[in-house]
Amino acid sequence: MKNEEVRMTTKDIIKPENLVYQKPEIMNDVPMHYCPGCSHGVVHKLVAEVIEEMGMQDKTVGIAPVGCAVFAYNYLDIDWEEAAHGRAPALATAVKRLRPDRLVFTYQGDGDLAAIGTAETVHACNRGESIAIIFINNGIYGMTGGQMAPTTLEGMKTATCPYGRDVKLNGYPLKITNILKELEGTRYITRQSVHTAAAVRKAKKAIRKAFENSMEDKGTSVVEIVSTCASGWKLDPVQANEWMEKNMFPAYPLGDLKNVE
Amino acid sequence: MFTFPLVYSFTYYSFTKIKKIMNEEIKLMKGNEAIAHAAIRCGCDGYFGYPITPQSEVLETLALEKPWETTGMVVLQAESEVAAINMVYGGAGTGKKVMTSSSSPGISLKQEGISYLAGSELPSLIVNIVRGGPGLGTIQPSQADYFQTVKGGGHGDYRLIALAPASVQEMADFVGLGFDLAFKYNNPVMILSDGIIGQMMEKVVLPPFRPRMTEEEITEKCPWAAVGKPAGRKRNVITSLELDASLMEQNNHRFQKKYRLIEENEVRYEEIECEDAEYLLIAFGSSARICQKSVEIARSHGIKLGLLRPITLWPFPSKIINRYADKVKAMLSVELNAGQMVEDVRLAVNGKVKVEHYGRLGGIVFTPDEIVGAVEKMRNEE
Ligand SMILES: Cc1ncc(C[n+]2csc(CCOP(=O)(O)OP(=O)(O)O)c2C)c(N)n1
Repeated sequence: MKNEEVRMTTKDIIKPENLVYQKPEIMNDVPMHYCPGCSHGVVHKLVAEVIEEMGMQDKTVGIAPVGCAVFAYNYLDIDWEEAAHGRAPALATAVKRLRPDRLVFTYQGDGDLAAIGTAETVHACNRGESIAIIFINNGIYGMTGGQMAPTTLEGMKTATCPYGRDVKLNGYPLKITNILKELEGTRYITRQSVHTAAAVRKAKKAIRKAFENSMEDKGTSVVEIVSTCASGWKLDPVQANEWMEKNMFPAYPLGDLKNVE
Repeated sequence: MFTFPLVYSFTYYSFTKIKKIMNEEIKLMKGNEAIAHAAIRCGCDGYFGYPITPQSEVLETLALEKPWETTGMVVLQAESEVAAINMVYGGAGTGKKVMTSSSSPGISLKQEGISYLAGSELPSLIVNIVRGGPGLGTIQPSQADYFQTVKGGGHGDYRLIALAPASVQEMADFVGLGFDLAFKYNNPVMILSDGIIGQMMEKVVLPPFRPRMTEEEITEKCPWAAVGKPAGRKRNVITSLELDASLMEQNNHRFQKKYRLIEENEVRYEEIECEDAEYLLIAFGSSARICQKSVEIARSHGIKLGLLRPITLWPFPSKIINRYADKVKAMLSVELNAGQMVEDVRLAVNGKVKVEHYGRLGGIVFTPDEIVGAVEKMRNEE
């Protein structure tokens, strides 16, 4: 690329016509508690952008989980309910049934969705509740300090499997979305990531589709985001991305698992 | 000259009375069915439940009535009591009038959600048609969930407003009352009943139809509800979480202040033949119904026996019980458990008179004569 193509002065840059990107208004101006390199912040931003672009701020009820995203309600300027650990899909079920014209989504970690809340998740999906589930799969319990999650990979070390996950002892990594796609109530099940600019764009599209399905009463949509937990994995942010590509993606391959048009 | 208005008013009176009775629709039904009908009539927006004996008729009756086609009320069979109570949390968080019902083992599962409802100050109604425990226990009636209801059940310093119906009529009436109290104080309310009141059939006058709350009414009554944030208002967040301990202490102080207010304003009880009583039975719910007969029998034997029936188990009618402690020779707390409410009676009496307990356990119900026998024994021991 030749230099003259991007020769812009500061004066030019701040002109409104040259604006190419800005923080969504729905994102509050507060520091996030997420660790450097964590995927949560990026996914929050995508959710905010989609709500804003759909013009749905006044019609959206978000359900926050127990997990690192418990404070999601501090970051997105929408109405929220904070659920007990794992119960978000039950809350979302009632909100959507009682207020069918609302955009209702849950935002859950792998422990929340696939361990303590498995029953609530499976049954909300099986009933085909028209809710969107944003599922952050980082293979670990971030909030409580890095214990084993249902999605922890075989051999992966955590605080409660310090010698690596032994499937004889702890069972196998739970591919919960593979199960959810078999349920007749689900409409759209996809597995995405946010580790590159291209991946972020695709993940945003997926979230948009899930939110539109909620508004069009099309049944349950689940957007799994295979995510990093640099702190929990004890890696730096760049290493975490590399580790995820090398180890998480083979176990949790990206792409649509189900898309009923 | 003067007879005309008299005759007129007499015929008018009897006409309106008949009309009133017709409007009142006296029905014969089970306590559980009365709960369901009352829910539809008092403008309930949603019911979330899971089958368990002896309360399944609540969900069954609602399913049969299909209120979603008439009042628009949502009725949903959840996958568990845990899910059901969390659906109640979700619905209540959006300002809707929602309820659930279950029986003891299911109510144990609901305790997580009940604690969260109390912590997030969400108005809601929970019905417990108690059966004998512990564990899976029996499907026969019991009052062994008294402690669980009034002393906690879930974690944290919280209180449930607890209503104890003693008839099918009160089962119907307390649904509306329960919701009114829940919304007055932004607090979960429990109807603590049992397999006797839930299963027995009695005459009942169902409450008149009240429309469901409009969106305007919800906005006015529940400005905190999470319904979607319009421009110009701060976002509403329903949560019980506060990691800053000093703020969490403030939250707790706010709850306690509310609980003191409830204790001041909402104590309910009934006095039966208490006026000249030398001995006093204290009993709630189905036990109180049985005790009513015991009072009759005792009085025919020349024993001046009265009955004080707590209607609210929390707030407990401590003051009135304390006042009777100055008048009577002894009190007998009659309960279908091993002695739970008797602790609150003793606290109220504070040592002024003897307070004893008489109970049957595990689903066995006492006869009125048995209770009279216990009173006579207490009398002889003096
Ligand atoms: C009933 C209950 N059990 C346990 C906890 C403790 N706890 C809080 S967060 C969490 C795990 C969260 O992990 P995950 O859902 O994977 O989300 P992450 O923090 O990784 O984003 C646990 C076990 C709790 N709050 N409530």
